[in-house]
Amino acid sequence: MATEQTQVLGRALLTPAVALLFIWMIVPLAMTIYFSTLHYSLLDPDTESFVGLENFRYFLTDPAFLTSLQNTLVLVGSVLAITILVGTPLALLLDQPVIGRSIVRLMVIAPFFVMPTVSALVWKNLLMHPVSGLFAWISTLLGVKPIDWFTDAPLLAIILIVSWQWLPFATLILLTALQSQDEEQKEAAEMDGAGALSKFIYLTLPHLARPITVVILIETIFLLTVFAEIFVTTGGGPGLQTTNIAFLIYSQALIQFDVGNASAGGLVAVVIANIVAFFLVRIIGRNLEA
Amino acid sequence: MGQITLERVRKSFGPVNIIKDTNLDIENGSFVVFVGPSGCGKTTLLRLIAGLEDVTGGRILIDGRNVVDVPPAKRGLSMVFQSYALYPHMSVRGNIAFGLKMAGLPRPEIDRKVEAAAATLNLTPYLDRKPRELSGGQRQRVAIGRAIVREPKAFLFDEPLSNLDAALRVQMRLEVTKLQKQLGTTAIYVTHDQVEAMTMADKIVVLNAGHIEQYGSPLELYERPANLFVAGFIGSPKMNFVSGEAAAQLGAATIGIRPEHLKIGKDGEGWPGTVSVAEHLGSDTFLYVEAGKLGMLTARCIGEFDLKAGDPVWLTPDPARLHRFDKDGGVVRA
Amino acid sequence: MARKVTPRRLLASTCAAWFFGFLIFLPILWMFLTSFKTELEAFAMPPTLLFFHWTTENYATVQGRSDYLHHALNSIIVAGGSTLIAMIIAVPAAWSMAFAPTKRTKDILLWMLSTKMMPPVGVLVPIYLIYRNFGLLDTRAGLILILCLGNLPIVIWMLFTYFKEIPRDILEAARMDGATIGRELVYVLTPMAIPGLASTLLLNLILAWNEAFWTLNLSTSDAAPLTVFIASYSSPEGLFWAKLSAASTLAIAPIIILGWFSQRQLVRGLTFGAVK
Repeated sequence: MATEQTQVLGRALLTPAVALLFIWMIVPLAMTIYFSTLHYSLLDPDTESFVGLENFRYFLTDPAFLTSLQNTLVLVGSVLAITILVGTPLALLLDQPVIGRSIVRLMVIAPFFVMPTVSALVWKNLLMHPVSGLFAWISTLLGVKPIDWFTDAPLLAIILIVSWQWLPFATLILLTALQSQDEEQKEAAEMDGAGALSKFIYLTLPHLARPITVVILIETIFLLTVFAEIFVTTGGGPGLQTTNIAFLIYSQALIQFDVGNASAGGLVAVVIANIVAFFLVRIIGRNLEA
Repeated sequence: MGQITLERVRKSFGPVNIIKDTNLDIENGSFVVFVGPSGCGKTTLLRLIAGLEDVTGGRILIDGRNVVDVPPAKRGLSMVFQSYALYPHMSVRGNIAFGLKMAGLPRPEIDRKVEAAAATLNLTPYLDRKPRELSGGQRQRVAIGRAIVREPKAFLFDEPLSNLDAALRVQMRLEVTKLQKQLGTTAIYVTHDQVEAMTMADKIVVLNAGHIEQYGSPLELYERPANLFVAGFIGSPKMNFVSGEAAAQLGAATIGIRPEHLKIGKDGEGWPGTVSVAEHLGSDTFLYVEAGKLGMLTARCIGEFDLKAGDPVWLTPDPARLHRFDKDGGVVRA
Repeated sequence: MARKVTPRRLLASTCAAWFFGFLIFLPILWMFLTSFKTELEAFAMPPTLLFFHWTTENYATVQGRSDYLHHALNSIIVAGGSTLIAMIIAVPAAWSMAFAPTKRTKDILLWMLSTKMMPPVGVLVPIYLIYRNFGLLDTRAGLILILCLGNLPIVIWMLFTYFKEIPRDILEAARMDGATIGRELVYVLTPMAIPGLASTLLLNLILAWNEAFWTLNLSTSDAAPLTVFIASYSSPEGLFWAKLSAASTLAIAPIIILGWFSQRQLVRGLTFGAVK
């Protein structure tokens, strides 16, 4: 395989992809870094001036930033918790013999393939509407006052929508991991006298530790930049209650047109994502060796 | 027509020397088996001849022509892989015909040759099936069919029978040998199974850590092994080795005697010992004997010999069949 | 596991699974049902479940709006275009990494994956400005470009894993049979890689179709795909639930069907091999 000819050819074939991705990474990132040192507002063009790290200081001390950071952490943390705590038992259930299992699987997987804008609007209007939504109806049936989700608990509403979308992902990953469990190992445990609970605690849970870690890392990376659902339902509000870092940057860039500030914020987001990515890449790298 | 010579062939992967300075002369039409323990380099050597790996040094001559810079497609050799490596998306016919198609033969001629090869290997009813619909033995035959249809200068076999069950393996062994005799094409066959080697080969190359220990006919290797390694590798059960005082008495650093050349006695003549395990196969009896300072000895005799675990026994080596080795493992002939 | 599946246990699991499955699927089902109601019906309290006057007027209205078709076409062109171009760039790259690997191959692959982990919002500003200055805003070409770059790492990664699964000795057998590299590619590699190529195409088509960051920020009307079109229902006039449901059903139905076929690819593509 490793003849000279193939090596040269290989390098040539790889170049376009590497070059494109390199440009895609470096150019915008370099520009963001550059802009973040400027005072540059699109509303007032031609008044750019170099302000060094002023933008960072402003961005990081801006109470809006702290709120959005908090919202981001709450959003990511809650979605992670919900998707894994619900996804794990769901995966265990789907691993059992069930009549019509493939149809159930389809039902469970479907939310992941729904466009974010569609899910957000369907949840906001058809389900969560305080007067005519399905949840409102169920509340009245139970004798409970319907919640006005987007006024009283907007962040929770967003969390529910995003969790619904990502639950299939966690469930599918964990189900795949469960199905790759060594049957013989489970049989050996049974011969050794282990009951169902013991088998779960000592065999299944450790086996799931790695996939759960992967789910956490991958979901975190994608959840840090939840955007469409917020854009389409609350526009970040009321006030800043549903603004996460991604939305904050967006609003500074394309609503307030404050390029300098938005760039600084963008870099902060990149740094946070990089930290998570570092760990994920390590795990992937180890698996590639195998 | 199928004469292959290796001159000072070397192969290294980085700093690791897999094949050391190797010289070998394979006659046209002979069936040569490369045999040796895992990691000895036998498959690497085969792949060097095939062209699937580049040599680090030396020359490989096929009918006098140095092919070291020639790609495998142009060396005129066929290979049968351990996993058969059949093309899953093509039918049996397509698999066998592929090489001929690459050679640009006209369609009618391809069909004719494919059908002839299929007939030889009893594959005619399966010509239109896909590999996944065939059993292991059938796939094996398709792989062989693919190799023979191109009428190559030599066949290269890389442990082709190891994925078959025991009974099928014995049957295929016979078929492959018969086929090669029939076609008269040179064949190089790699295996770790010395029984396959002994039964199929015209000549055997015993490899150890990238180095050829001996090259000779099966009987030569059995009766006159060149060194300790070959002596211990060829023959099943393994040759018994005795060193120390008992060996010195018989005039060598190490003595070798095959289990079948040890006379078993119930009286006091010879080396004393206790039977540890007795295997009664009906046709033969194998005794594993604890012989004190001499260690564990294996003895074999034909037919039934009435001894069981714990019985005392005396073993006498046949003096004409003793092998003597010096302290470096080389053989010492009287 | 072939023993001890008592009928009672089967019943229990089946009921539980169907219950939770149904619960999760409910929003989609509800949306589907609503699409067949009149607007008044859709908004009525208490809501009618199944026995209402089923009408297809909403579908007619939605499809009659020329802008719906326009946006659907945009979705097809943008998702299809970006995925195809990504495949064209990715196939040689993945081939090279799978069959002619060097010492740096693993690092390059990991680097490529890491570009997917970059938050798009981090480069929103420069991309927006570049697009504005080059007249790429609200163009299909602009969207195709950015979605292509966004999905390229995943396409390369998935193709790489599929290529790696092709047994090396089948390719060697082709070489022994006299095939040059080109013919090896055409007659052996490609046919064996087709299922992998199809799966990769499918998953990435879905991901591109559903992409809702760049599409929302870089297009408004001309090039806007369905993601943007649906978003316009967020501040509508008058009663719109039934129409929203119809439009949404049309927008997501094909994808859900395709998604059903790409389950396994989803695991392979989005976990980057960290889960086997």
